[in-house]
Amino acid sequence: MIRSKIPLRTLAVLASPALLLPVAAADDYRDYRAEAMAMVKRDFQAKGIAGLDRLEQDGVQAVCNRTGNHPPADVVRRLEQDQMASVRFPADGKLMGDWKEGEKLAQNGRGFTWTDKPGLPVGGNCYNCHQISPKEGSYGTVGPSLYLFGKKRGYGEDIQKYVYSKIYNAKAYNLCSEMPRFGYIGALQEQQIRHLVALLLDPESPVNQ
Amino acid sequence: MRARFILAATAGIALAMPVLAQTGASADFQKFRDVMEEDNPAELFEARGEAYWKTPSGPKHASLEQCDLGLGPGVVAGAYVQMPRYFADVDKVMDAESRVVHCMVTLQGLTYEAVTRQPFSNQSGTPAHVNVVTYVAGQSRNMPIAVPQRHPKEREMYQIGKEIFNFRAGPYDFACATCHGTDGKRIRMQDLPNLTRPEGAIKAVQGWPGYRMTGGLMLTSQWRMNDCFRQQRFPEPKYLSDTVTAILTYQAVNAKGQIYRGPGIKR
Ligand code: HEC
Ligand code: HEC
Repeated sequence: MIRSKIPLRTLAVLASPALLLPVAAADDYRDYRAEAMAMVKRDFQAKGIAGLDRLEQDGVQAVCNRTGNHPPADVVRRLEQDQMASVRFPADGKLMGDWKEGEKLAQNGRGFTWTDKPGLPVGGNCYNCHQISPKEGSYGTVGPSLYLFGKKRGYGEDIQKYVYSKIYNAKAYNLCSEMPRFGYIGALQEQQIRHLVALLLDPESPVNQ
Repeated sequence: MRARFILAATAGIALAMPVLAQTGASADFQKFRDVMEEDNPAELFEARGEAYWKTPSGPKHASLEQCDLGLGPGVVAGAYVQMPRYFADVDKVMDAESRVVHCMVTLQGLTYEAVTRQPFSNQSGTPAHVNVVTYVAGQSRNMPIAVPQRHPKEREMYQIGKEIFNFRAGPYDFACATCHGTDGKRIRMQDLPNLTRPEGAIKAVQGWPGYRMTGGLMLTSQWRMNDCFRQQRFPEPKYLSDTVTAILTYQAVNAKGQIYRGPGIKR
């Protein structure tokens, strides 16, 4: 897995008093989180492409885990900026690809499980969580419906940039989002993200019909 | 006779299922399951498990009839809905499957490695301990879930299980809670029970062990947890490990008071 290094600022935040656990007054205080982490370390084994390194939390995961997905507002602001800084836009500035390719990627739910083959490409998993094209009736509801996304939100460059960066790193906009960071972890490449942007924002895409 | 009928009926389902899956209606499946519940293929595995329980075997040529599932040696009725629980003889919390394996090792003289070499059912067969767990589960049919929280280690397992449930990690940043933390969500057409509340948490117990139409296999809660960690993009939890016991404890305690309908049928 390709994961960018944790920016220094994230590390600083992790050590800051804002995130220290409430200090226990009573003897009955137990750090179940630490006990759970020790148990997990003992009890998992690497299988296929799923190595034990996956149990190591990165900065964002650690902050979200420690705060029940509700970090203090100033921490959220700073870490979202870090996540935003990780987004690599295409050098040629082109953000739109082919919506037909995007639809295939959105359908494909494969990738990163221990029964998947190593290496890329992997699918986008989008239909697992989102309604997208009206032609696909089997869609999940973990995320909001993206049907008519372009029609409602516009087709201009700003919204293209937004969608590109949201797919690249959903945590840049919502630190403890349930949506994976597809570009940041190296799951989706530049060209694939462009195709997905087109799926949502091409006026010809069924999404906007 | 009955067994043969059940298998024939099941083969019919296996053919019908892909069609249902494509139209994707969970309501259809529910209707279908209600019909099937009358001739539940799980009963075949219960019968095999009961036979194993009562028949002497293993190096010590002993049956499992002296196995203590928490309610005293040999008491099977009601044991399944009160596990995972603390067992003083091993000084730890065990789920039903761990306890059955423990009894096979201690009473029958089998080695742990031999019993767990094939943990889950697959095309080559259903392991004996899976049949036994299915039998044990069937002996708690229509009883309320009453997993004890009296012993400190039982309460500790619950708290640790809760932490593991909420632990986000891996390439997709998923926790169990990502998919099972709120009401009314779906992945594609599959309903995701909210496992933090009794009405949802019962789904972690209900119908498990379950006869899975896809593949035609009898699968246990240990298998279900293994496959959810796979979907979570985690590495693999070791079979019968404390981590799995903890997460099963968390869910079963959350389901307190809900009625267990026995081993069932799963998609
Ligand atoms: C595991 C669930 C999950 C997956 C998989 C997922 N998303 Fe999301 N997505 C969400 C959730 C939850 C939100 C809303 C919260 C947020 O904005 O972070 C969201 C928000 C979005 C938004 C912002 C919507 C808005 O109104 O601004 C876009 C765009 C989006 N997703 C696109 C995608 C695409 C494209 C894919 C596939 C590459 C994808 N998502 C895969 C869960 C998911
Ligand atoms: C990426 C999404 C995802 C994650 C993460 C996930 N699950 Fe699931 N879970 C599912 C889906 C989808 C199903 C339904 C599968 C099916 O019907 O075959 C399911 C089914 C289940 C069931 C069976 C429900 C029933 O009605 O029989 C249980 C119990 C469960 N999950 C627990 C967990 C636990 C515990 C974790 C964390 C270790 C977890 N899940 C992580 C998606 C997920």
